[in-house]
Amino acid sequence: MSDATALERVDAALERAARLEARLHAFLSLDAAGARRRAAELDAHSGPRGALHGLPFAVKANLCWSGVETNAGSALLAGYRAPYTATSVQRALDAGAVALGVANMDEFGFGSSGENSAFGPSRNPWDLARTPGGSSSGAAAAVAAGSVAFALGSDTGGSVRQPAALCGVSGFKPSYGRVSRYGLIAFASSLDCVGVLAPDVERVASVLGAISGADERDSTCLPEPSCSAPAPRSLQGVRIGAPREHFGAGVDPRVAACVRAALSELERLGAQVLEIDLPHTHAAISTYYVVASAEASSNLARYDGVRYGKRERGDGSLQGMITATRSSGFGAEARRRIALGSYVLSSGYYEAWYVQALKVRRLIARDFERAFERVDVIAGPTSPSLAFALGERSADPLAMYAGDALTTPASLAGLPALSTPCGLVREGDSDLPVGLQWIGPHGADEFVLALGAAWQRASAHHLARPALAQEAQR
Amino acid sequence: MSAAWQVVVGLETHCQLATASKLFCGCANAFGAAPNTLVCAVCSGQPGALPVLNREALDLGLRAALALGCNVAPRTKFDRKHYFYCDLPKGYQISQYDQPFCTGGGIALASGKFVRLARIHLEEDAGKAIHDRGAHSLVDLNRAGVPLIEAVTEPDLSSAAEAHEYLTALKEILQFAGVSECDMEKGSLRCDVNVSVQRPGGARGTKVELKNLNSFANVAAALEHEVARQIQSLESGGEVRQETRLFDAEAGVTRTMRTKEDAHDYRYFPDPDLPLFTLDEAHVARVRSYLPELPAARRARYVKALGLSAYDAGVLTASRATSDYFEAALRHNDAPKELANWLTNEVAALFSDAASGVRSIDELPFKPFDFAELVELARTGRVTRSGARTILRAMCAQPRAPRELMRELGLETVADSGQLERWCREALLGREKIVADVRRGEEKALGALIGPVLKLSGGKADPKAVREKLLELIRAS
Repeated sequence: MSDATALERVDAALERAARLEARLHAFLSLDAAGARRRAAELDAHSGPRGALHGLPFAVKANLCWSGVETNAGSALLAGYRAPYTATSVQRALDAGAVALGVANMDEFGFGSSGENSAFGPSRNPWDLARTPGGSSSGAAAAVAAGSVAFALGSDTGGSVRQPAALCGVSGFKPSYGRVSRYGLIAFASSLDCVGVLAPDVERVASVLGAISGADERDSTCLPEPSCSAPAPRSLQGVRIGAPREHFGAGVDPRVAACVRAALSELERLGAQVLEIDLPHTHAAISTYYVVASAEASSNLARYDGVRYGKRERGDGSLQGMITATRSSGFGAEARRRIALGSYVLSSGYYEAWYVQALKVRRLIARDFERAFERVDVIAGPTSPSLAFALGERSADPLAMYAGDALTTPASLAGLPALSTPCGLVREGDSDLPVGLQWIGPHGADEFVLALGAAWQRASAHHLARPALAQEAQR
Repeated sequence: MSAAWQVVVGLETHCQLATASKLFCGCANAFGAAPNTLVCAVCSGQPGALPVLNREALDLGLRAALALGCNVAPRTKFDRKHYFYCDLPKGYQISQYDQPFCTGGGIALASGKFVRLARIHLEEDAGKAIHDRGAHSLVDLNRAGVPLIEAVTEPDLSSAAEAHEYLTALKEILQFAGVSECDMEKGSLRCDVNVSVQRPGGARGTKVELKNLNSFANVAAALEHEVARQIQSLESGGEVRQETRLFDAEAGVTRTMRTKEDAHDYRYFPDPDLPLFTLDEAHVARVRSYLPELPAARRARYVKALGLSAYDAGVLTASRATSDYFEAALRHNDAPKELANWLTNEVAALFSDAASGVRSIDELPFKPFDFAELVELARTGRVTRSGARTILRAMCAQPRAPRELMRELGLETVADSGQLERWCREALLGREKIVADVRRGEEKALGALIGPVLKLSGGKADPKAVREKLLELIRAS
């Protein structure tokens, strides 16, 4: 495949993506003409090749892509064409990658199943009746199906890692600030990270190398150079902490067993696995839903129907128009988070909820700081459950939120976290992937990726592909 | 009756900072451009766009703080203030809530009263909504994101006159410090008023906020009306409601805009897009070293060191431009009183005369050097005052050296004693009665002789020389 021209690769990817779309609904739009034009340009260009030369990729619908409908999975932004391109997308393009289309997602990132997309859910390539996870639902499905070489997603509380786990691909959330948020449609600004999904960690690392680094347009972006490609290393002597809390109640025993088996493999490869405690893990979900919803209620205030997006007339007054637009434009989950976030920020409740959540957030971060005095990296399940059936949790928001229990702690602490496939569990007629989550100290992005890559060189879990992907290979 | 009431006033003043670009993006900060031409993804609130602080705005804010004697916080942050309105692109305004970048400071009034400032904070302006052009409202976002400082006083003011005086002083200081144009007509200075009345020693009255005040005169007028309304209401057994009222300048009344019940919960919280920022002491010291001499200090120096009247010193320092012009001219002509006199009278007269083509000190087409020379020509009697006035007008039309214009226009006074005597003798003919009066010691009568001489000379005779010559001739006859 590496000898193929960019145009051949892009044509093959387009063909596959289009053929699988009816079953997966991974994409909200495909830019076939633009992708082919760009690929032909790359082929015609004789200069030095970018690190991502000719790689077709999917762009999550909350990353601005100039001139293309960037709707964040929301009916309110249906038809909205971004007037500029996100820094991360631009850097991937500059490195020679070819944007194939816009990946489906839960509205504004609100969800863990893709079912909160206003444009219908994506499906899991391993079992079409199940969720691919979320909110980067389409991105994960497209990578797992082999339609794209990688996808740019976003991870606020697990939105890259959890779908990567449920779809059997590698997914990385960098340290907060390692990749510019400029052009990432904000959900929760203090948590949002642009992340990468790809078939293996090496690919993830090369994409991260292209998109990371300082950006003067994002004041929260770290003033550091882009991540370098991790040098090959061994797992010999690496101290891996397995948090007791990540294997406890609420975690599917089959998932826990699969991850324990993976940890044993890592031990055989020379790593040392230590039991550790992250005592505030139980508070992560509630803390996360207070902080993230507060910021979301604020970030979504701009969708008022005045300047762009959907507009409902209402009673004809300005306030009436704004109310009608927001009431009908946002889906149920978005409205729920706005209500929750507005409540915790309102005067009289602010101290008890928002300020308190910030304190607990600090405690959660300190758990990690303490743990990293003893271990080099922390590992456990990414998701407490296997891919669940579409519709199974959509009526029960709390059950849905519980699925974020193991990913939100690293988000609250701003740490780099990687999900890699670590085995399959048979359920009914389907084999369902399980993800192993690696969490590193802040700023240790290259280190975490190096460990994941080392494991993938010594194991084969990441090579498992759903039947659908093999069929499409033909 | 109103002597029995105390008036308590606090002011909240917004000033647009005179930066080149907006507070959080690179768009130009300019007044008068075509609608929505100074906008970008950031200031129009596009999804995914992020704010980046303009350090120039921070420095101008800092300059204001230092000029007003405030304490600068070493660390400060931005907060989001939420409300929905069509001119607010993000649904929130980036402002400062519980940690303004400076606190304290204030302004001394002429009476010696010190008006304390509670705080000054930095924030972004909203756009402009226009509702009176047909069925639809129009929104112009050119102003959205323009940097503002909001200076909030303690409730230290006790009359409309004091409010007026405070605003005038604040404007002068901010203009002198180069912080803001402070032009209410362009909206670069806006003022909200909080006012209550109470019995001396009694409980604090209910506070009413007044908005829509577009001139200092309106601030004073609105205050007068509102104080009268509150007193009348209380004296007739009624009460004052906590509310926001709009001033209708034409009708001269204030009207309810919203009551306390509709008060917003702005749901302030720290803006997660902007990190804490620090103002280290070295930087504060650097900004302080660039501060110009402020109006009060200048006024004092003009009176003490230059011997000007307090009135002239006040007029000269009413604007930085006038004061700077005066100082520049002073470097070329060490005659402060004459310069001040010409600047406050003859030059000021140009501005109110459309024919001059000059509307303000900034538009004077000639340099302080030339102005200084003109004043020198008049002071030494090389031209008469009216001749100098003619030259001044000519300088507006063609900015050339006054000496040249004087010659060209033939305005140089005639120093030739023989010529002067001929004009005087001619004027004395047939005016024997006046001459007799002068001889009797009525020197005032001499004026009736000087006029005809000047007329005969065609304005080229120096009135002082004419007077002396006439006296000499009358005494000798």
